Amino acid sequence: MKEITYLEAIKEALDEEMARDPSVFILGEDVGVYGGAFRVTEGLIEKYGEWRVLDTPLAESGFTGAAIGAALMGMRPVVEMQFADFISCAFDQLVNVAAKNHYRWGAATPIVVRAPFGGNIHGGPFHSQCIEGFFSNVPGLKIVAPSTAYDAKGLLKAAIRDNDPVIYCEHKYLYRRVKDSVPEEDYVVPIGKARVALEGKDVSIITYGAMVHTALEAAQTLGGNGISCEIIDLRTLLPLDKKAIFNTVKKTSKVVVLHEQTKTGGIGAEVSAIISENCFGYLDGPIIRVAAPDTPVPYSAQMEEVFIPQTKDVIDAVEKLMRY
Amino acid sequence: MDIRREELLRLYYYLKLARKLEERATSLYHQGKILGGVWTSYGMEAVSVGYGCALERDDVAAPYFRDMGAFLARGISAKRIMAQYLGKKTGVTGGKEGSTHIGDLNLGVFSFPSHLADNYPVGVGAALAFKIRGEKRIAVTCTGDGGTSRGDFHEAMNLAAVRKLPIVFFCNNNQYAYSTPLRLQMAVNNVADRALAYGIPSKTVDGNNVVEVYTAAKEAYTVARNSGGPTFIECKTMRVHGHSEHDSAKYVPRELLDAWKTKDPILTMERYLAGSVGMKQEELDGVTAQVVKEIDEAEKFAEESPYPDGTDCFTGLYATPIEEE
Ligand SMILES: Cc1ncc(C[n+]2csc(CCOP(=O)(O)OP(=O)(O)O)c2C)c(N)n1
Repeated sequence: MKEITYLEAIKEALDEEMARDPSVFILGEDVGVYGGAFRVTEGLIEKYGEWRVLDTPLAESGFTGAAIGAALMGMRPVVEMQFADFISCAFDQLVNVAAKNHYRWGAATPIVVRAPFGGNIHGGPFHSQCIEGFFSNVPGLKIVAPSTAYDAKGLLKAAIRDNDPVIYCEHKYLYRRVKDSVPEEDYVVPIGKARVALEGKDVSIITYGAMVHTALEAAQTLGGNGISCEIIDLRTLLPLDKKAIFNTVKKTSKVVVLHEQTKTGGIGAEVSAIISENCFGYLDGPIIRVAAPDTPVPYSAQMEEVFIPQTKDVIDAVEKLMRY
Repeated sequence: MDIRREELLRLYYYLKLARKLEERATSLYHQGKILGGVWTSYGMEAVSVGYGCALERDDVAAPYFRDMGAFLARGISAKRIMAQYLGKKTGVTGGKEGSTHIGDLNLGVFSFPSHLADNYPVGVGAALAFKIRGEKRIAVTCTGDGGTSRGDFHEAMNLAAVRKLPIVFFCNNNQYAYSTPLRLQMAVNNVADRALAYGIPSKTVDGNNVVEVYTAAKEAYTVARNSGGPTFIECKTMRVHGHSEHDSAKYVPRELLDAWKTKDPILTMERYLAGSVGMKQEELDGVTAQVVKEIDEAEKFAEESPYPDGTDCFTGLYATPIEEE
């Protein structure tokens, strides 16, 4: 085992997959000589050349479409969105072409779209968005969102080897802040499987991405007050790991769903709905959602702090639920 | 360019096959046998027959919906296409899709997503794959004049130009996008002028003359195959029918339609084959007889084919299904 950052984990996954399989290549804006806006692809163009690490024109729809075409011809492209926010420009190619190819005409489209998402970096409305909710209503796509270096590496490898289009939501706030152990040898984290980030018995906090760390902090305080929290890190947001979700509900009977994405129509809405449809009898209180308010992401630190769910918001929600 | 006699007959055969197949589909539509609509390439067959027949086996086409000639020339059979129109299990997509939303990777054809010009970047991606792997294959893509107004058209052209990719772009300029005439679609005189902005050489050809389209295609394919980069080919033609079979196209001036009637691509080809090439009428009649037989068989096959099961709706979403424990 070795300790690496979340960002290094992503880079290692790319590097190792490119070395393993010549059909893997990277394309996007400034990914080559510059090494990507966040330096995730630094050094790869030197190693693999400019035809496997392609700097593209500023044209998200164009290069996402090109990735799809290359994938249809047996390549395994990894598209980098400079910021997840710009994925909106490629919405049509992802939703109408990539997601529907296999269903419509049996053509596999093995592309990965890396989407550096999320806030807490004072990026304002166009460099902080969570985009998973835009796509979670699109059958045919897969969406993953790791919270640890271990999962960042394992999920990216799984995504690259998967034969379907995968949107890989990598949280920018975690790039250099999160560091944990990964094995020296090759491994993957299977798509479609959540993990128990913390075992507990009184209340379940179901979350993903950077909010896993917020939940862990809240759980520590709550533990001191005698409340035992179980934290489920969803890891895959489409399709959801229903079994893992139902298991924790059956265990604790109390659920808080936590995410950084805005509340209405978010992943939390879906998680809440499937719980009440399938586990109503096990519930011992309402499902509480802790999520960003339904506004764009504000720039000023004061407002961004209110916008992004904080540890205290999670503690308040859990305590409220415990009193229920 | 000298085109061999057999190749000329092949072009003629696909012109006729596309025409007859779409005529038959139209008639089935009027009998209420087709669930969705029917959009044909009537009077424009030379465009996709020309570019489709000029391809090599290993090349790839990313067509749009009016490219019946290319679908057929690539080897998608009339039987499978007819069954597709009827929503049958034996159709190209087994009932998942309708009309000309067909693709078959084994035959080097990408399916067309309704969104016009979406296949432009996707075609560019195929060319990119060939370039990365150093293969001597090319990709082609096509869209209507309306489709050339979309961002994807421009993003694709630019990307291909910057990387000198082995792709040839086609536009079926049939003067109308549904009811919208060309003058409200763009302010340039020729669609080909759009290629200038990307540093892509272009050519405007008579889209009703299959030999002209084929010859221009072959030349551009040779350039692309030899690392010379993309070409844009505008095929000027006319949509002499409505946008689809439900559209009477009252908005098109009659004089314009009359002017184009004499330029029908099949008549044009027949005049050429009988005239300059000196083919006998019996030879052409032989092609027609074969085509009619094929279409009759295709219709019979489609009619007799089973429908898919309703529950097929649940199949095929993912290529790598998620394992449930
Ligand atoms: C992006 C998009 N917008 C709207 C439509 C609906 N639509 C289908 S065909 C058509 C007109 C297409 O015109 P053109 O590109 O010139 O092709 P033509 O039908 O003339 O061959 C329209 C508006 C569509 N398919 N795609």
